Amino acid sequence: MSTDPYVLRVNGKNHEVFDAHLGESLLWVLRERLGLPGSKNACEEGECGSCSVQVDGELVCSCLVLAVAAVGLEVTTIEGLAPDGELADVQRAFVEAGAVQCGFCTPGLLMAVDMLLDDLPDDSDPDDLIIREAISGNLCRCTGYGRILEAVSIAADLRRGNRT
Amino acid sequence: MSVTIALTLEEVCEALTEFPGAQLLAGGTDLIVGINRGQVEFDHVVVIDRVNELRGWRREGHELVLGAGLTYSEMGRGKLPVLLPALAQAARTVGSPQIRNAGTLGGNLATSSPAGDTLPVLAALDATIDLRSSHGTRQLTLDRFIRGVKQNALEPGELIEAVRVPVLEGPQEFLKVGTRNAMVISVASLALVVDRVDQNVRVGLGSVAPVPVRAIEAEAFVNGVIDWDTGSVPDVAVDQFSDLVIKAARPIDDQRGTATYRSHAIGVLARRALLRVFVGGAG
Repeated sequence: MSTDPYVLRVNGKNHEVFDAHLGESLLWVLRERLGLPGSKNACEEGECGSCSVQVDGELVCSCLVLAVAAVGLEVTTIEGLAPDGELADVQRAFVEAGAVQCGFCTPGLLMAVDMLLDDLPDDSDPDDLIIREAISGNLCRCTGYGRILEAVSIAADLRRGNRT
Repeated sequence: MSVTIALTLEEVCEALTEFPGAQLLAGGTDLIVGINRGQVEFDHVVVIDRVNELRGWRREGHELVLGAGLTYSEMGRGKLPVLLPALAQAARTVGSPQIRNAGTLGGNLATSSPAGDTLPVLAALDATIDLRSSHGTRQLTLDRFIRGVKQNALEPGELIEAVRVPVLEGPQEFLKVGTRNAMVISVASLALVVDRVDQNVRVGLGSVAPVPVRAIEAEAFVNGVIDWDTGSVPDVAVDQFSDLVIKAARPIDDQRGTATYRSHAIGVLARRALLRVFVGGAG
């Protein structure tokens, strides 16, 4: 049995969803129905963070959002982070620091770090504990996190215009 | 199969009357996991996270009324960490930022897991739960609301509207043992709150019994030996307090820990919490 058609607003555009099932998660609809596979599917229980997106300016696991319950909300995925084709500051920082190995956790981490930098007061450097807490919901099995932490400081500098 | 995105409490109650078996959806951090696994069957979902009456919190005299939709992230923002430090500490140990942005106080109560992180705090604070349905409202104390492992007093058609807790003058502590700091389900947890005005200490325990429990005997004992003028307790009393807290627990062996370990851990947490709010060594 399927739901009535509904509209999701993702990365500033409206997407109509047809013939969906009520129990479909936002992650599944993004990947399988809307052609936005950047958010990754791993644990489907909110444990790994690889599906992280921003919904109305809050970082959430898209695997734990019921897609129909996101009607009328503003969803931003990794595809919306740098819509003009240029790399966003966080993406540049991850490339520069070599913080990407297999890349599976990267989209979720970028969404989390983007959120962290948005929430920080302009003049403060994020201390190590704040950074670690902000990415504590994003598991990476390759890097050991060293270069990810390095990437976050580079991204913080870029966001504040301390370097170009 | 259908969905109602409710904007008011009245709409929630109407939907629950029309679809008595409906699933309520707030943060989704428990329910959607079950749906993803194919373990939850339902025909109708009532989405309640946009109901304004359930959001936020307010102060009514010496009482705080916490909306059921208050998220863990919100428990750590603004004035709440000052008014309810133990709740803010407990909330910060829940899951990850992603989970804390979604999960709610009402959801923690409705799931009624023995490991629910806010529950020992609510037990220590003697919380009252406001329930609502199309038939009206009723209030239950926490011990009457939670009936067993994942069992509670919610009737069909009923939802949690708010949680009432007192504003206490005095320090509070929440401590939790798990395998690491983030994304961890507690193996044992303890909340200790001090009421300097009525001069008493209250202790709630989590993950060491089928339901959150109060360590009543331990409270009574320690209330008798605290020197309120100096804010201190005798060293010997700390050990006895710890032993009495262990006595209040009814732990089991499971995949996260053994009953023996849980007893030990809750005793350590009791001692640690007491010595964070009082000075040892008196008398």
